[in-house]
Amino acid sequence: MASTPYASAGDEDRTGLWSRRPRFMTWSLLIYAALILWAFISLFPIYWTITTSFKTAVNVTQGHLIPFVDFTPDWKGWRSLGLSPDTISAPSTVRDEFVRRFLNSIVASAGASFLAVIIGSLAAYGLSRFSYKFLWMRNKDISFFFLSQLILPPVVLAMPFLVLYKHLMLLDTLIGLILVYTLMVLPIVIWIMRDQFDTIPLELEQAALVDGCSIWGAFLRIVLPIALPGMVAAFILSVILCWNEYFFAALLTSSNAKTLPVMVASQTGSQGINWWSMAAIATAAIMPLVLVGIFLERYIVKGLTAGAVK
Amino acid sequence: MSHTAMPAGRQPLSARPERAELQLISARRGRRLFAAATIFLFAVLLLQVLDATGVTAIGLVSWRPLLFAYIIWAAALCTAQILIRGEDGQRAAFVLPAVLFTVAMVVFPTVFGLYIAFTDWNLSAAAGRRFNGLDNLRTLFADVYFWNALLNMVYYVAAVLVQYAIAFGLALLLNAEIRARKFFRVAFLLPLMLSPVAVSWMIGKSLMEYRFGPAATLARHLGWDNPAFFSTPWLARTSIMAMDAWVSIPFMMILLLAGLQALPAEVKEAAKVDGASGWQSFKEITFPLMLPVSMTVVILRIIFQLKLADIVINVTAGGPGGATDTVSSFIFREYRDRSNVGYGTMLAEFYLVVIIIFVALILKGASRWMQRSN
Repeated sequence: MASTPYASAGDEDRTGLWSRRPRFMTWSLLIYAALILWAFISLFPIYWTITTSFKTAVNVTQGHLIPFVDFTPDWKGWRSLGLSPDTISAPSTVRDEFVRRFLNSIVASAGASFLAVIIGSLAAYGLSRFSYKFLWMRNKDISFFFLSQLILPPVVLAMPFLVLYKHLMLLDTLIGLILVYTLMVLPIVIWIMRDQFDTIPLELEQAALVDGCSIWGAFLRIVLPIALPGMVAAFILSVILCWNEYFFAALLTSSNAKTLPVMVASQTGSQGINWWSMAAIATAAIMPLVLVGIFLERYIVKGLTAGAVK
Repeated sequence: MSHTAMPAGRQPLSARPERAELQLISARRGRRLFAAATIFLFAVLLLQVLDATGVTAIGLVSWRPLLFAYIIWAAALCTAQILIRGEDGQRAAFVLPAVLFTVAMVVFPTVFGLYIAFTDWNLSAAAGRRFNGLDNLRTLFADVYFWNALLNMVYYVAAVLVQYAIAFGLALLLNAEIRARKFFRVAFLLPLMLSPVAVSWMIGKSLMEYRFGPAATLARHLGWDNPAFFSTPWLARTSIMAMDAWVSIPFMMILLLAGLQALPAEVKEAAKVDGASGWQSFKEITFPLMLPVSMTVVILRIIFQLKLADIVINVTAGGPGGATDTVSSFIFREYRDRSNVGYGTMLAEFYLVVIIIFVALILKGASRWMQRSN
């Protein structure tokens, strides 16, 4: 909110400005207050979950908040998962279960994202460069066909998929889950990648074609390396969406291919759950994505804003 | 499916005869390959149908062979395109895999779903699937709980506008000249990354817990004696909306922020020179310029909001008395708790029609409005 052109000048000017313009100062105070308030709203639930996983029953009921100050951290929650320092080497069925769910989540989300990025990028490249005609459909209609899948609510597909998968013996398998998730993120990948390819100048491929590359050769050797950051962004966004998916996972898996969200949900359903172990599971489930959010924020923002903002 | 529309390799003969010759040979090969794959696909289909109806007994355990036959057919179709149509075929091969995948994954289930929707089929009942015409539709129109869920969707969609207002405010804050912008941006973005199921527990079941959740404690300190967030219908609905807002505001905020950053700098400078106040320059310059982005963001969010289910399923299961039910969570319970497949699918298909009409109207209205305001 620098309302004068001098705001970006040297320090001396700025201090002068602060003293001369009390209105400017209240403005920035208000801005920072609002920013901090919302940062608190965003971060407190995460903080609460992480600290609760180190609490005992007494700390929870008395509403203690700050570790070391008003309660002593305890490994109780993590011990019930078999992940505390003293139980990590001992065999634990809960931990095995948890690790299996965790690996399932990784395989399902990475596999689906990988598949979606491959066929999505191919389609996006085609739609961005060539003009197709299929029946009455032209490029615009084909793009709309893909994007319109976004509207389709999962409930519409859920039952037919359940029946279909039963006959294909894909129920409760990771392959089945990967196929559904690929379908779910494909429109988003195509959207992001088409925007990416649109920004790459045509001349590069034309030069490659003149040099004797085939269309696919030009795509693989010239265009793909340039579009890689966009593909990474699309991949990360897809992984996030798949990792958090609950609806299909709850309906299409039962024991073998169950993913982490289903495990978390099944724990909340049971009565008399322990807060500390619930908090430990929730922490473990959100931690990978919190880390992704912190370190790969650039890519997420890139993926989210592709195509939507011109 | 698509071969009927693509003109079979009638390419003008090129000047060099040997090349045309080669092209003809490869086109013939392509057609043969495609024909063979199609015959194979139908042969497998026929075998499967015969086996399923019990005419022959080859003892196929599942319909998987058909799946493999389809994959082979799809691969053959792509190869045949390249062989028959040369460069045009190579171009088509870019978009074909995605089209074949989507068609197989969406078109078949939707059509099959339409069939299920008109049957009486309860997984827990001994009697199997039975065609029952329009009975499901009649039940649907008399189902108070379904219409209640649909009405709730109106509230939830309306809540998107509130989310939009907050998100716009946050985007403006982040766009101001502040320190530690990176920190605030990451902090604001984090809720978006969390799974709604984990959020259901973190916020819905622990922060808002009646006895010792911090949110309840805070509410007591502020003088609210009985902070039961999910007791009365409106309170419960508002709590669900708040949780949903917590997760989805970052999405809108990031898009709006990108929109703000893409605004031409001269426009804002011009406003400052004219001596416009902050509010004036927002109302008359920033907001109108942001309209296209705002439209995109709100429409996208509404489309996502129409699928809202996870939080409701896990926190309230639709309660109290269906006050927080979304259509998706209602159908989810119809499937999972009552195993009522036929009726649930009818609800879903009906909802799909409602959504398509609604979204089409919004898109049409938005494009007309944008044209008028330009």
